[in-house]
Amino acid sequence: MIKILFFAALREQLGCAEVELVHTKAKTLADVRNQVLDLHPEWREYLANEKLLAAVNHILVRLDHVVNEGDEVAFFPPVTGG
Amino acid sequence: MISIQVDDFDVGTEYTALTEKDVSAGAVVIFVGKVRELSVQKKIHGLVIEHYPGMTEKSLRAIAEQAQQRWALQSWRIIHRVGSLQLGDKIVLVGASSRHREDAFAAAEFMMDFLKNSAPFWKKELTDEGEIWVEAATKDVAAVERW
Repeated sequence: MIKILFFAALREQLGCAEVELVHTKAKTLADVRNQVLDLHPEWREYLANEKLLAAVNHILVRLDHVVNEGDEVAFFPPVTGG
Repeated sequence: MISIQVDDFDVGTEYTALTEKDVSAGAVVIFVGKVRELSVQKKIHGLVIEHYPGMTEKSLRAIAEQAQQRWALQSWRIIHRVGSLQLGDKIVLVGASSRHREDAFAAAEFMMDFLKNSAPFWKKELTDEGEIWVEAATKDVAAVERW
């Protein structure tokens, strides 16, 4: 199972804070995103935004990052702290 | 030490904590970031800061570790508030102490530049026209590249 979290403006655009992929053949983060879009095609406009950042297990990564069972994935807009 | 908290912090207390019992540090640099009016057109009632619990701490720790590897720091401190804030409130404190000022200045600025770019916080303005997420500034992206 892979948990996927959404934050800030993205969460509001999707109307969803979290999804779980129970059975996944996803190898990379791009695969995870595509699988989520298969489940929610109406999210494409927001989730395919190139400006989005992504993290796996709390580390910022690119879309080609390898994802494993049990990982925690997060997608979010560019950060605005400080 | 890193703190992510709802409550306000006191700069004097943090200065003391950075320098207590340390007679070899000749320089202490403390940066404080505050909530400012981002747009004169909108009337801003306040700000809400969201974060990603778990990743926020890890991200700030990684930034502090990089700073310690690059500069000779005696001590350092990062505090970032989350939740509801008002105009003029303190949001963030980044502090560093070192024997000489070059290290403390550079490390504090480095930590702020990287915090602005990679630490998972998001600000939302509460205005007369509704709630508006603040957009990331391109100058912040450019700032990290100079390090």
